[in-house]
Amino acid sequence: MAKRIEAVDLDAYYGGFRAIEGVTLTIEPKSITALIGPSGCGKSTFLRTINRMHEVLPGARVTGQLLLDDEDVYGPGVDPVGVRRAIGMVFQRPNPFPTMSIYDNVVAGLRLNGVKKKGDLDDAAEQSLRSANLWNEVKDRLGKPGAGLSGGQQQRLCIARAVAVEPQVLLMDEPCSALDPISTLAIEDLMTELKDRYTIIIVTHNMQQAARVSDRTGFFTIDGPGTPGRLVEIDETPKIFSNPSEKRTEDYITGRFG
Amino acid sequence: MPDLTAPRADAAAGADTASAAYGGGGAPLLPGSSAGDLPRTASASGQRRGDRVFRSLSLGAGLLLLGVIVAIGVFLVYRALPALRDNTGSFLTDVGWDPNATPPAFGIVALAFGTVLSSVLALAMAFPVAMGVALFISHYAPRRFAGPLGYVVDLLAAVPSVVYGLWGIFFLNDRIKGLSAFLHDHLGFVPLFRADGIYGRSILLASVVLAIMILPIIASLSREVFLQVPAANQEAALALGATRWEMIRMAVLPFGKPGVIGATMLGLGRALGETIAVALVLSPAFLVSFHVLEPGKGNTIAANIALQFGEATATGRGALIASGLVLFAITLVVNVIARAVIYRRRDFAGGSA
Repeated sequence: MAKRIEAVDLDAYYGGFRAIEGVTLTIEPKSITALIGPSGCGKSTFLRTINRMHEVLPGARVTGQLLLDDEDVYGPGVDPVGVRRAIGMVFQRPNPFPTMSIYDNVVAGLRLNGVKKKGDLDDAAEQSLRSANLWNEVKDRLGKPGAGLSGGQQQRLCIARAVAVEPQVLLMDEPCSALDPISTLAIEDLMTELKDRYTIIIVTHNMQQAARVSDRTGFFTIDGPGTPGRLVEIDETPKIFSNPSEKRTEDYITGRFG
Repeated sequence: MPDLTAPRADAAAGADTASAAYGGGGAPLLPGSSAGDLPRTASASGQRRGDRVFRSLSLGAGLLLLGVIVAIGVFLVYRALPALRDNTGSFLTDVGWDPNATPPAFGIVALAFGTVLSSVLALAMAFPVAMGVALFISHYAPRRFAGPLGYVVDLLAAVPSVVYGLWGIFFLNDRIKGLSAFLHDHLGFVPLFRADGIYGRSILLASVVLAIMILPIIASLSREVFLQVPAANQEAALALGATRWEMIRMAVLPFGKPGVIGATMLGLGRALGETIAVALVLSPAFLVSFHVLEPGKGNTIAANIALQFGEATATGRGALIASGLVLFAITLVVNVIARAVIYRRRDFAGGSA
């Protein structure tokens, strides 16, 4: 089930450095939200706070609230492992497990959840690979190493791996930045299809991509080096790209800054 | 104008094709012939002198190593043959070892058995602990501790084996007697733990000393391998909702497997060949026995060579060299098996094989 995400006055730190400050936003279920902004503006950091991957780095911490359908992800006693099982993530560089076959990669998350029956795993593997538009390309070589696929195929394999556990939210951190235009198009089409079932948040440096795929777009920026990133505004994508409320957004969109 | 890119690409493969291509237009294009503006190397092959020197040096080093290995094999066979001819027993199937008697009669069975048994026991004890130590340093210990701890483990690997031997005989022996009695009293039904009341200076003691010796080697190398696991793979596992242990099982251990096998083989090689530590702690006997708690129930090839070499006759020395040849062969077989295991899974090695 797709869920709603709400951040309330969220700060994220790397040790003593405050990377993002005061992020407050709401993301509706079954929509695609793009986060754009210059390098170092904290959009990826914000993305990683949603599934508590931020705190994997030593010294990293988060203050404020992050609600997943009104339940605080950072509430007392909440297990980050459980949060990550509910919120899938696709990374910038395709990162299939190099020691696993294509099949084992797709069902890795299911096996973590204790699914053991071969029939269930087979069904889920096929379904996930079909949703990732990869099934026809790999169905005859499921036992081959996942690392042997092309970059675009590997990224779709990672998407299949992420959706196999039926997450409530799908986070994508610049998923196409290492891919060629054809693979990028394939993944963008895929995102539009997946939108019916998941809440998708994508971080991208590619503004055309944000304009093409997203329903809403959020713009992050920093005032200067060493200052925390802030969310400048978030709105319907057509409005952000045609008539943003903030001057800084307009400067960035039109290429006068960043 | 000949194609300038092709010979450059070929240069590494073979100088012959390269110079042929350069000579294709008639007279070879020598430096200073001002045929083009591209910089020329001194040799027609297009390789710079530094590359050629380094290539010869590294090739020479490789060939030298091969030569040394072959020379060792030839030496062992050559020196062992006379003793093997005079042997009135059967070298490969006899248990007894009397090469200094007239007539000499000796077989390798007891020594080879003791060597393999003590090393396998040592590995069985050391491997799980070494994995724990390596994973603790690479993935569990706070960074403040991980550094010094890794340093201490490296230091342990550098302690000379004679020190372990002395420690084994003067300190550990008394303690191992108590452990042996306990194992016999409570687990006496296991064939390994049968005994008739005398403990110490046993295969068990030798194995424990060997285990302590090889533990830091396996732990140190495995830790290095575990630290090489790409962060992207570990994050992938965590993002799927893996706990730290699940992440290690999913991403770290499979990726590190070839390296861990290599580390284990190095440790096993050291255990198989360990001489002085075993010679110091073991009360030797030429028997095939699983009674690892008792003294005088076994011996190893390397320790036997050290103990007997000084008093051996010419035939006795030949016999010891023959036993050395067997040790060489055992080590070789173990390594080939390990390589085969790694090779079989090379497509899934993630670039670490």
